[in-house]
Amino acid sequence: MSEYRIQGMTGEWEVVVGLEVHAQVTSNSKLFSGAATAFGAEPNTQVSLVDAAMPGMLPVPNAECIRQAVRTGLAVGAQINKWSRFDRKNYFYADLPQGYQISQLYHPLVGEGEIEISLDDKNPEADVKRIGIERIHVEQDAGKLMHDQHPTMSYVDLNRSGVALMEIVSRPDIRSPVEAGAYLAKLRTILRYVGSCDGNMDQGSMRADVNVSVRRPGEELGTRTETKNVNSVRFVMAVVESEARRQVDLIEDGGRVVQETRLYDPDKNETRSMRSKEDAHDYRYFPDPDLLPLVLEDAFIEECRASLPELPDAKRHRYENALGLTPYAAGVLTADVETARWFEVLVAAAAEKAGKPEADLAKQASNWLISELFGALNKLGRSLEDSPVSPAGGAELLALIADGTISGSIAKQVLEKMLETGDSAAVIVEREGLKQTSDTGAIEAVIDKVLADNAAKVEEYKGGKEALFGFFVGQTMKAMQGKSNPQVVNELLRKKLG
Amino acid sequence: MTNITDLTVAAIRDGVAAGTFSAVEVAEAFNARVAAAQALNAFIVTTPDAALDAARKVDGMRAAGNALGKLAGVPIGMKDLFATRGVQTTAASHILEGFTPQYESTVSQKLWDAGAGMLGKLNLDQFAMGSSNETSYFGNVISPWRRSDGGNTAMAPGGSSGGSSAAIAARLCPAATGTDTGGSIRQPAAFTGISGIKPTYGRCSRWGIVAFASSLDQAGPMARDVRDCAIMLEVMAGFDPKDSTSLDLAVPAWEAGLNGDMKGKKVGIPKEYRVDGLDADVAKSWDDGIAWLKDAGAEIVEISLPHTKYALPAYYIIAPAEASSNLARYDGVRYGLRDLPDGANLQDMYAATRAAGFGAEVKRRILIGTYVLSAGFYDAYYTQAQKVRTLIARDFELAFQHCDVILAPTAPTAAFGLGEKSADPLAMYLNDVFAVPASLAGLPAMSVPAGLNREGLPLGLQIVGRPFDEQGVLNAGLAIEARAGFTAKPEQWW
Repeated sequence: MSEYRIQGMTGEWEVVVGLEVHAQVTSNSKLFSGAATAFGAEPNTQVSLVDAAMPGMLPVPNAECIRQAVRTGLAVGAQINKWSRFDRKNYFYADLPQGYQISQLYHPLVGEGEIEISLDDKNPEADVKRIGIERIHVEQDAGKLMHDQHPTMSYVDLNRSGVALMEIVSRPDIRSPVEAGAYLAKLRTILRYVGSCDGNMDQGSMRADVNVSVRRPGEELGTRTETKNVNSVRFVMAVVESEARRQVDLIEDGGRVVQETRLYDPDKNETRSMRSKEDAHDYRYFPDPDLLPLVLEDAFIEECRASLPELPDAKRHRYENALGLTPYAAGVLTADVETARWFEVLVAAAAEKAGKPEADLAKQASNWLISELFGALNKLGRSLEDSPVSPAGGAELLALIADGTISGSIAKQVLEKMLETGDSAAVIVEREGLKQTSDTGAIEAVIDKVLADNAAKVEEYKGGKEALFGFFVGQTMKAMQGKSNPQVVNELLRKKLG
Repeated sequence: MTNITDLTVAAIRDGVAAGTFSAVEVAEAFNARVAAAQALNAFIVTTPDAALDAARKVDGMRAAGNALGKLAGVPIGMKDLFATRGVQTTAASHILEGFTPQYESTVSQKLWDAGAGMLGKLNLDQFAMGSSNETSYFGNVISPWRRSDGGNTAMAPGGSSGGSSAAIAARLCPAATGTDTGGSIRQPAAFTGISGIKPTYGRCSRWGIVAFASSLDQAGPMARDVRDCAIMLEVMAGFDPKDSTSLDLAVPAWEAGLNGDMKGKKVGIPKEYRVDGLDADVAKSWDDGIAWLKDAGAEIVEISLPHTKYALPAYYIIAPAEASSNLARYDGVRYGLRDLPDGANLQDMYAATRAAGFGAEVKRRILIGTYVLSAGFYDAYYTQAQKVRTLIARDFELAFQHCDVILAPTAPTAAFGLGEKSADPLAMYLNDVFAVPASLAGLPAMSVPAGLNREGLPLGLQIVGRPFDEQGVLNAGLAIEARAGFTAKPEQWW
């Protein structure tokens, strides 16, 4: 892929981007307390004495949260720090009961790793780039202020207070909006595979702080701004694009980029200043004296490693090499863990029905899933996760095609009915009389009629206009309402047309 | 028969178990004595009903022939730094005035489970910050002791556990809880002629104790003698999964292990503690202590703790740094005092609430702590202080290669009059110069009475032990106690 350049009045500019992604750790209880973490609960119903920072309350690390962060680190090939420590980040705000956030500044749990991103959807292998991960640390989330409950007062909801977050910090290796989007999407894919974060960006389970600077290609880094809490892949790409443009325009107008925190306004598609470095907080970080250093045993780390599932890159390669899928199909099917899971159940069921190896059926299954089911679900505005058709149901449909019971085009109709009614493919085929016929006598009779009705075209065909063959096939299929076996129709037509 | 209120914890426990007197009789006797001692201001709230309820329960269990707890029938005082369910818990501050926890601290719960009853919540220096009990929002605690000059100068009971020390010395309770961050059990014990032990850091759970400086705070008992301290500590100590810094160790049978024979033991005398201008009476009591331990069979060795002089400065960086962060939660948002001036925004509310809710000493330490953690100063102060702390711990480690326990004065002087040092924070901080090193190193340390000075005021001797060796500390304390023959008690004037 050609390098991304911003065209300014004075020449070309390069954008340099790093992302800090906050991902909520999937766990039943909070990082340092036993309170629950479910999304959408009534305000202040998931708050322990620790989360409310009552006098004398103490944090106790939740081993499950640590385990998930370590698994995440291992999934991005990162170094796991066997000795890490929690620090306090001190500031006052009404959504921060302790008056400090417990985080890890000096000694994070996870060190350097990297993620491979694909920049060409059609061929994920064609244009790849590695984005460095600088560190992953765990920290507490804050509560939430509600300003719309009372005319003069703000309310505080502490349900999120103390929920475990992983902060995943990339190196400033990202050079374009597309790369930023691909990085965030790939990170989300990995987190969902690992199961350490549900990746629900619209529920705030994942959000990104986007660091952007611009420079002349190859020169020293420029001053960066940080746009906080961006909550979709699309918005991250928009932030990189608009913020880089703003900085270029500013510099070219003789201005100077100031280091500051900014907010993104999706309605206007622009960022605006939130606070500058001058009035930035002095967080007075220091080691949390309520907590001992976190020391991990080798056995714990190995147990985390052993618990990792097949990761997206490995799965994609396996789909290509062992199942014979195209790089594109393998990329699509592995982009989300639920899709891959669905696909694998589908292939396994289809293989079992057909009594053939999975590799023989994978391609057909992949084609059907990508071009038929995705399209149909899309029309209904549904996703694979709430598909009315199960993988086993899909396998049954595929088997009906494979054994010649129905044709491909009838299969489309059957799928529509399956989605509509929830009935199985076999029931629908039976009820609607959609079984295709291979009865040569019946087909021959129809063909004879088609040829008789279109005598002129038959002459043209015989005169050399061979493209008309498709026309005769179409007419025959139409006359038989699609229920004739297309292979048989082809054979008979060829015979009759000589 | 002796007055019940003159009895020790052991005597009350044994008397209740034997049926010599009932637990209710004991509770009533102490309740009456507490009620008559308001002039000392040792309690912030009294809870006579709680004491009686616990006593009735013990009497009922005894009548039913059930096994009794280790403190069955013993009424005690609870420092008002421990959260007590349903009973106001203030840390002697205005900002927590009226705060009633829905939870019970681990240590107090263990005491109630062992059959102890609560006479009330004891006054202290505000947020445990102070050495004279003059920083409480609820007024000074007055020591029951007076100088023998016939005057009536109100004397400091020490701090921060000044309500505890005064109440025990005045026989308002046979024992009480204390907490020690930089001497807050030992110095008030020394000032009032009682015993107190700060165990190894992590022995007692900090869960439910209002935090001052988390890496130093440690609960411990205060009582009239060493045995009583051992009995109390056995109940208070123990692993608590709710405190990440809690020691996962079994609690030894300290009372059963008491043995004042020091044969084969080496007692270290740190030369750095013999500072120029050391109070002559204090120096003499130290020499007495050396002689007593020698008499008990110990070998006396001189040791060196070379970084001692840096301990106090390091302490007054680390403790305020942690305090500045620990006290950030008192913000007027969720509980305690809220001062919301007309038209105030959030920042205004914080400022007004904390200005009104914290006393001068607390504010001073929050400011110091905030300063030493600030960008640009952190390495010069906090990091440096942590290095000093490591060196001090190492000093002790090396010293304990040559001795089993260390003997030193608890405080550089006997008690002073209230108001005599309150204008000079540094002079006040110097009170803890001998106590702070053991706190920084997390070591068990206790103070036992050694005698009276020429003004008729008690002096204490401090024993510091190896990590987890509370037994060694208690035994050396017992050896001193047996020889000091300290029987003086304040004459009742209140």
